[in-house]
Amino acid sequence: MSGERRRIPVAACSGIGKSLGAAAREAACILTEELRPERAKIVALSLLVMGDEEARREVAGGEAIAIDGCKLECAAKGLASAGAANVRKIAVFDVVRRHRGLKPEGVCDLNEDGLKLARAAAEEAAKIVDAIDEESGRA
Amino acid sequence: MPDLPRKKIGLIACSGEEMPEGTVTRRAVRKVLETLRPDETVTLCLPLFLAGGEGERAFARHYPTIAVDGCDKRCAARATEKYSAKPAASIVVTEIANECGCGSIGTVRRLDAAGLRLAEAVAQRIAEETDRQLKPKPKGPAARGGRGRS
Repeated sequence: MSGERRRIPVAACSGIGKSLGAAAREAACILTEELRPERAKIVALSLLVMGDEEARREVAGGEAIAIDGCKLECAAKGLASAGAANVRKIAVFDVVRRHRGLKPEGVCDLNEDGLKLARAAAEEAAKIVDAIDEESGRA
Repeated sequence: MPDLPRKKIGLIACSGEEMPEGTVTRRAVRKVLETLRPDETVTLCLPLFLAGGEGERAFARHYPTIAVDGCDKRCAARATEKYSAKPAASIVVTEIANECGCGSIGTVRRLDAAGLRLAEAVAQRIAEETDRQLKPKPKGPAARGGRGRS
């Protein structure tokens, strides 16, 4: 064991048709760049599913976090198919229900509510990162 | 005349989350869909395509598609070919960036001015390719290499 902490892989659906997919993508960026940069890292979903060895090594056999925009859960499915042992899920469509005032719009440029929604989803994902650490005795 | 469905081109962006070129693919595809060729194009959701979305895969089997990838790993093009049919065209952002002499283009979350210009250039390339795909194919002996019935 090197003692080096394995960063938890995070995959976002990045759906291109709806704001919720864009919010999922933004949430993954907020989590890995601002909230838990030492503990979580983005893995590109398309690379993962297309069998990129490096991406699959990041995921295989460990905990992973999926941030999905819609009920189809493409990111969660991608992580599972790449061999993640346990996929913890954030569903942006559920997050928006918990923040009823938000009206996310836009895909390339999320509006202010879309960015707030992304941050709320990222904060929920950060709690999952902390829980994983706690469970593995790293907190 | 019956009202036949119009032929549309499916656009598939890689959306790569690890590099700004993935963001360029999204912005360029949305630009074509919303502004440049709104009546001629649809977008196909790559994550859904990869996760087994039968509607997306069926579209790509029966209609021409343009894959727009951020890097030469060409995930969108390879996925389209693997699960449906070879895309009619494949556009790679890093190749266009090299042609334009583009250097830094910003980050995954925020493209800088050069990144936005690159997205415009990629969108123009997609629109040109869309027009090429929709152009009626010439018919008749001349189009078949001038070989008439002997």
